[in-house]
Amino acid sequence: MPEQLVFAMEVFANGLMSGVLYALVALGFVLIYKASGIFNFAQGVMALFAAMTLVGIQNGQIPFAHLINAIFGTHIHHFGWNVPSFAALILTVGVMILLAWAVQKFVFRHLVGQEPIILFMATIGLAYFLEGFADLMWNSEIKTLTFCLPGELCLPQGMNTAIDEAAFDAWGVGFFIDNLDISAAIVAIVLVVALVAFSQYTKQGRAMRAVADDHQAALSVGISLNFIWVLVWSLAGFVALVAGIMWGAKSGVQFSLSLIALKALPVLMLGGFTSIPGAIVGGLIIGVGEKMFEYCFGIGQCFGGIINLGGATENWFAYVLALVFLVFRPQGLFGEKIIERV
Amino acid sequence: MSTQDSYVTEDGRTIGPTVMEMKNITLRFGGVKAITDISFDIREGEIRAIIGPNGAGKSSMLNVISGFYVPQEGEVWYKGAKRPPMRPYQVAQQGIARTFQNIALFEGMTVLDNVMTGRIRQMTTGLLGQAIWKGKAEREEVENREAVEKIIDFLEIQAIRKTPVGRLPYGLKKRVELARALAAEPSILLLDEPMAGMNVEEKEDMSRFILDMNDEFGTTIALIEHDMGVVMDLSDRVVVMDYGKKIGDGTPTEVRNNQAVIDAYLGVAHD
Repeated sequence: MPEQLVFAMEVFANGLMSGVLYALVALGFVLIYKASGIFNFAQGVMALFAAMTLVGIQNGQIPFAHLINAIFGTHIHHFGWNVPSFAALILTVGVMILLAWAVQKFVFRHLVGQEPIILFMATIGLAYFLEGFADLMWNSEIKTLTFCLPGELCLPQGMNTAIDEAAFDAWGVGFFIDNLDISAAIVAIVLVVALVAFSQYTKQGRAMRAVADDHQAALSVGISLNFIWVLVWSLAGFVALVAGIMWGAKSGVQFSLSLIALKALPVLMLGGFTSIPGAIVGGLIIGVGEKMFEYCFGIGQCFGGIINLGGATENWFAYVLALVFLVFRPQGLFGEKIIERV
Repeated sequence: MSTQDSYVTEDGRTIGPTVMEMKNITLRFGGVKAITDISFDIREGEIRAIIGPNGAGKSSMLNVISGFYVPQEGEVWYKGAKRPPMRPYQVAQQGIARTFQNIALFEGMTVLDNVMTGRIRQMTTGLLGQAIWKGKAEREEVENREAVEKIIDFLEIQAIRKTPVGRLPYGLKKRVELARALAAEPSILLLDEPMAGMNVEEKEDMSRFILDMNDEFGTTIALIEHDMGVVMDLSDRVVVMDYGKKIGDGTPTEVRNNQAVIDAYLGVAHD
């Protein structure tokens, strides 16, 4: 196979994989937006917070250690034990559910019936609060995330490893795919299938869709809005945790993680804010699109290199694509077109 | 006759003891009194109508029964016990289903899914069980699906089972909403103007469904309606409201001959 073609395919595959990670973040947005009409700006920070909590618990870090030390003049940092990944995962899920409950109880419960823009502003506040809170709770060092399930089944490390260790050489022609990306894709597929099945075939899933559609009607059939909102925020928290683990394993748990939320915006513009499949397809299109665009026009590898923009197109390509969609198809590829009977 | 005795109507239906009683209900919005000191009861198996001119407080009354409004004064007695202040979803879980004047359906969901939401009360598997789905949750889903199919057959909406509700015309939406409320197998079914905005044929259909529901399932029905002809034909007993007060209560014949009711509907000459 010509080397050029293998390289192009590699770029394509890599794009697909990073698309999966974008989709994971976008999924959290869609869940909350569908059920409560809230555009949750804090989704990215939730991913960061979840990943930090997971690592913190794993490493036996004492929460709020800096705060405690500052007040009491002590020098404690670690409990001195390590928690197995799986147990830490369960605990972190618990923390995310608690967070969902608190967000509902202290913020959105008091904002029922407000304008969407007000709810949106509240989530911006939440994002800043959570970022500060995460810093205070687990400190701001960059941490590596090693995640192993019982039976030595470890998530591959994306960071600080040699290429032939980190990647999987398909067909022995030097066609490299990151092991972590493959794991991420599998996890994402399982997660999406599970979420779709849950929302289509279970009582709570149906109740979730019902609440998304009409509050009054939902109340009249006996659905508690509060319960559903906590459930939805918990699910979004769980999706954030999964996204946080994947991104954390790829590039370390650090504060720039919360910025991946920005990449989820064009994904949502493309896929539509209300569609779970849309979030996936949108993520893949953006992932592949930006990698291929960079390959073809950014570094001028296509059409004999007529167009060569000198790189770094990955930073803006997604947003330009989203802009085009906004002009020609504002509801996205899969979004519900708003039809009103006259 | 005590209200606890059962009796048989002319057309052979059995009307049971009181299932719900409203005692001296007063509802205020700020300084406006929507309902003033109203008492009445609903008996098991009967069709109870609430009528009155526009703005009489009929819908407010229905909202009090279904928990959407909490009255400032008075008591609601349900199945022999005083009901504490409740949220609407708790009232629904107790077996009081309702429809809305302006239709409140889940527009993005199919007819089948809409009616299935009515069964939430019957599905008791917890969150974890639902997530795992095998076993009880699956069995429950199948059973409830069967019950829902029966109701869909009964209301003759088989043809549109898989259609998203948003695409349906008004008359059918009303029928789907009725199906969803009926799916809950309610102790009391509250209908807020089930025939508003319908043509004669649709009204006849709806009347037939209401009578059949009452007859076949023994459903207790409390309804608000503007069409006097329909009300007099359908109901066993009628409460008449005007300006938030009760001005009449009794069988259709009694109410028709009540001077206060005639005045409220036709107006009184001021001399």
